[in-house]
Amino acid sequence: MKNEKKKTLLQVEKVGLSINSKILVEGVSFEVREGEIVTLIGPNGSGKSTTAKIALGIHKNIMGNVKKFTNKIGYVPQKISIDWTLPIRVIDFMFLTKDLNNEQISDALNLTGVEHLKQKSLSNLSGGEFQRVLIARAIAKKPELLVLDEPVQGVDFKGEVAIYELIKKISEDLSCGILLISHDLHMVMSATDHVICLNGHVCCSGKPHIVAQDEKYKELFGDRASKVLTLYEHKHDHTHSQDGTINRKQ
Amino acid sequence: MFDDFFIRALFAGIGIALITGPFGCFIIWRRFSFFAGTLAHSALLGVTMAVFFDINIAFAVFLISAALAIILLKLQKKTKLPNDALLGLLAHASLAVGFVILGFLTSIRFDVMGLLFGDILAVNEIDLMFIWIGGALILLVLKLIWKPLFASTVNYDLAEAEGMKPDKINAIFTILMAAIIAISIKIVGLLLITGMLIIPAAMARNISNNPQQMVVLSIVGGLLSVMIGLFSSLEFNTPSGPSIITAALILFCFSLIKFKKYSELKK
Repeated sequence: MKNEKKKTLLQVEKVGLSINSKILVEGVSFEVREGEIVTLIGPNGSGKSTTAKIALGIHKNIMGNVKKFTNKIGYVPQKISIDWTLPIRVIDFMFLTKDLNNEQISDALNLTGVEHLKQKSLSNLSGGEFQRVLIARAIAKKPELLVLDEPVQGVDFKGEVAIYELIKKISEDLSCGILLISHDLHMVMSATDHVICLNGHVCCSGKPHIVAQDEKYKELFGDRASKVLTLYEHKHDHTHSQDGTINRKQ
Repeated sequence: MFDDFFIRALFAGIGIALITGPFGCFIIWRRFSFFAGTLAHSALLGVTMAVFFDINIAFAVFLISAALAIILLKLQKKTKLPNDALLGLLAHASLAVGFVILGFLTSIRFDVMGLLFGDILAVNEIDLMFIWIGGALILLVLKLIWKPLFASTVNYDLAEAEGMKPDKINAIFTILMAAIIAISIKIVGLLLITGMLIIPAAMARNISNNPQQMVVLSIVGGLLSVMIGLFSSLEFNTPSGPSIITAALILFCFSLIKFKKYSELKK
């Protein structure tokens, strides 16, 4: 099968983290392979971001094992607070951890639609603009593994669709592995290869359409959530009419 | 035209300004100003240790500052006290212990004022070598760790996730800070090290919009402060260390005026 040829980029085995003897998350295992999108979903406080941070090595003293098979990693954190005592422009931020030339920077900013902000100070950007810059920065050096924690927060609806399309395109074009955290169940269910439903531990996981029918998933997200998939499939008949005419009623 | 001691003082000051310029920027960016002050306070303890055990002053100051920095990093992880409380605790405790030990050393008298304000006019060739060679090494290390240090200053998580090893880099930065204080204590004194680190960089922040520009302006500001301060201390017969800091303060005030005008122009 084609699957077997895909290189594993990230292997997480029974990881967990407890702070002050309170367990935040435990027993999470998964793999991210080339060209594959793995999504973590779950309610607030279920340990999605924590799991991503464990996988990235940001949390120390973890339980379990993390194996990374690449150094080319791009990360879009959920929360980022940059101290405005720091005079920093978008262009300075772009080569924060990587060496990039001007062209690579422009290309990446173009992809997320914010090339015009290149010389602007980071502190003058709106939330959505900043988010687009964050994504551009993460993909600029063509990473092999991309970790996106709520990548479209604060981005307007049109931008959201475009960015999710971009994420899908990146995973195909660069055959890069993506670990995604998202609240957008539409996106999760339509574009993901593997869904992991978290609530302090793994509730259920598998292909999106299987997870959507899982009892535990319904319990966590409510009955409406499992209809997302059907809703999505309905919507799929009318895709590419991006004029905002998406009607959630059938 | 000028006496030898004045030329030496000028070279010493220029050397210090070249080092404190870029480091001052990092101190401001990381909100470390109080940290620099704490290290400077601990220098008194270092000096009394040096007298007590009869070892090189700069070396003793470096050891004590580095030890204090490591203690601070440990305390940050072990206690629930906020950073500023820990820094205040260490600063005043080390200053007090320094004075207590000083009290025991009745046989040896040394000039506490000199330690507080330094004596840049008393710099000899060996001090100069210490500053320029030590300074060159410090700046070389800074250049080598610049990218990861800057990345972890901007955001720890990003730096860690993308392989910049922020913990290691932060430790190196802390040790470099201790080294700066060690080589500059005799020149500007412990109360004024913090001033030289912070004021030119603060001035630069007012008139720059990107990190490289801020570093360059911070160095220029430091150099100007040293020159203006030293020449006016010669002219008006004022103490030289405080004159340098006063010059830096005046430059800072000028940067405020410029900044206002600039932002008005933009409107």
